[in-house]
Amino acid sequence: MAVQWNTDADAALAQAKESKKPLLVDFSAAPA
Amino acid sequence: MSLEAHIKEHPAYFHRFDAVWTPTVLILDSDGIERMRIEGYLPKEEFRAQLEMGLARVAFMKKKWADAEQRYADVLERYPASKAAPEALYWKGVSRYKATNDHTVLGTLPAQFKEKYPESIWAMKTAAWEH
Repeated sequence: MAVQWNTDADAALAQAKESKKPLLVDFSAAPA
Repeated sequence: MSLEAHIKEHPAYFHRFDAVWTPTVLILDSDGIERMRIEGYLPKEEFRAQLEMGLARVAFMKKKWADAEQRYADVLERYPASKAAPEALYWKGVSRYKATNDHTVLGTLPAQFKEKYPESIWAMKTAAWEH
């Protein structure tokens, strides 16, 4: 199952809080 | 829930979450509190084990003892040879103790560590519970 990546930190944190689910954050410097 | 932060597109996120190296992966609980930090590359199986340890830690810190115990047990079952396994065995026992307040649970851990992970630092941490 593909991961649906969010790029808005505030939105992702709000979604995690609303859904009461953990949030995975991936910090990368790899070329796109 | 997942958030992607690339150094060129979201440098402010690196500062906000104290990410000083790449790759860095965080697992935050639903309140945004960091519960796991993985810095650097890992082999796929070790990485998966670490991610599951993070989710177990989220459950543990939410005092969801049964959920935490099951998640740590899952790590042991799926990744028994991983670097995460000894820590999973430790916290699985602690989760059971937290759920039951039965201190004899902790007393069983030293023997389990001697059998499975005698060289682990987590084995040292259980030595005080040996009778």
